[in-house]
Amino acid sequence: MEGVITRRNLLGAAGTGMALAAAGVVAREVIGTRAEAAGALALPPGLPAGTRAEARLDALPGKRPLIKLAYRPPNYETPVGYLGTAVTPNDVFFVRYHLADIPRIDASHWKLAIGGEGANGQASFDLDGLKRLPAVEVTALCQCSGNRRGLFQPHVAGVEWGYGAMGCARWKGARLKDVLDKAGVKKEAVEIVFDGADKGAVEKTPDFIKSLPLWKALEETTLVAYEMNGEPLPHWNGFPARLVVPGWTGTYWVKHLVSISVANKPFDGFWMKSAYRIPVGKFPVVSRFISQETAANTPITEMVINSLITSHADGASVKAAAPLSVTGIAWDGGYGIRTVEVSLDDGRSWQPAQLGEDLGKFALRTWSYGFTPKAGRQSVMARATNAIGQTQTAELIPNPAGYHHNVMQKITLVAR
Amino acid sequence: MRMRSILAVALLLAAAPALAEEKPIKLKPAAGLDKVEANCGACHSLDYIVMNSPFPTGSFWDTEVAKMINAFGAPIEASDAKVIVDYLKKSYGSP
Repeated sequence: MEGVITRRNLLGAAGTGMALAAAGVVAREVIGTRAEAAGALALPPGLPAGTRAEARLDALPGKRPLIKLAYRPPNYETPVGYLGTAVTPNDVFFVRYHLADIPRIDASHWKLAIGGEGANGQASFDLDGLKRLPAVEVTALCQCSGNRRGLFQPHVAGVEWGYGAMGCARWKGARLKDVLDKAGVKKEAVEIVFDGADKGAVEKTPDFIKSLPLWKALEETTLVAYEMNGEPLPHWNGFPARLVVPGWTGTYWVKHLVSISVANKPFDGFWMKSAYRIPVGKFPVVSRFISQETAANTPITEMVINSLITSHADGASVKAAAPLSVTGIAWDGGYGIRTVEVSLDDGRSWQPAQLGEDLGKFALRTWSYGFTPKAGRQSVMARATNAIGQTQTAELIPNPAGYHHNVMQKITLVAR
Repeated sequence: MRMRSILAVALLLAAAPALAEEKPIKLKPAAGLDKVEANCGACHSLDYIVMNSPFPTGSFWDTEVAKMINAFGAPIEASDAKVIVDYLKKSYGSP
């Protein structure tokens, strides 16, 4: 009842008869009678009151109802009930924009221009041309840098995300390095700069332009993707082509990509110089973006190790003295999940969860843990550890923009 | 199954408008609301204003409105900016 996330709740909330199988959401314990519309919304109580007042289930064209945090520019997060699988369906994949003027792109007129002072020449691709390059597939998580910002204490201003500003898909596209090879990259090149077709409502708003260090841009898995889970990218996820930067936070995954420029010096636009920065030395990240570092701060890069319980919300009711399976997902910046552990005694002791299918080091990893709860309140904590020994933090690491929230989650189940 | 879902998506896309359907956000009635709706609402939906409440304190709204003008280029008259800040502090801030 209270807080149990079920596909019935999700569907009821969605008010749609669309096929369940497509969502990949598996029914779990359905006990009780929580109002169906509240099931998918199930906002964490820690979110600011204003967010809780204005968030609602709302369907963007082509999407199922997601949790609307802001209409324009659109920021919609995925209800946790849809995040229990290693791959997130396209029609529930989260939507995040900085700028409100989002053109609907006609694929037959779309062009991707390659150039810049660090390029030997210029090149241009249409969609067919891009598809003629060798196609590569990678299953990778795209997570907003500010996912869980709404849970920061003390409060951090911004889009007040709960748990669902993330999704994992099977991306197909051309390697960025093959795209760049068409123009040729000079040895002086430092960064690659990316622009999408979206713009601000007024001309003076800084365009959303991002850069990557050359080494990350040239990785085999960095793609200009045109397919997501076997279908063209949804409009709201970057049609017809977007950057896919496995391991790194969503800010670099530029949507509706229209230009790529090779730069000989650090790009100093607003979205690199002033936004998406973290204090130097506070987070245990390996990947550095040295050309953009200052003494005080550095661009956010790889995602930190994290996990999420998806089967039950905090406060969920379960059956006492009956076998129970708590399930969830884990991820990191691309080193791979080594273990997920569960604690039933507030972190004093930990038992290994069973890991699900391994879809690659950039993908979500599902996990499950079975036990039989006694009647009463039962806390459940989860923590993930990756292949290089990093684990989740017990206490929030404060930072001005509210990034990298990877505090171990703790929920309380009520067994009756 | 694959064919059907592709077809369904194609139909949806063909019928779908490019924009989200934005429902009106009712902000608290107080002096200056008209300026907030006209200026802030020109570039973004007004749920952005409500989202962070009740946390904005002290100079938060001064900083935020200045950021909209200076960093994001919002064409807001100085006299309007003051009315907007006053409204936001009173309606969506705490002392």
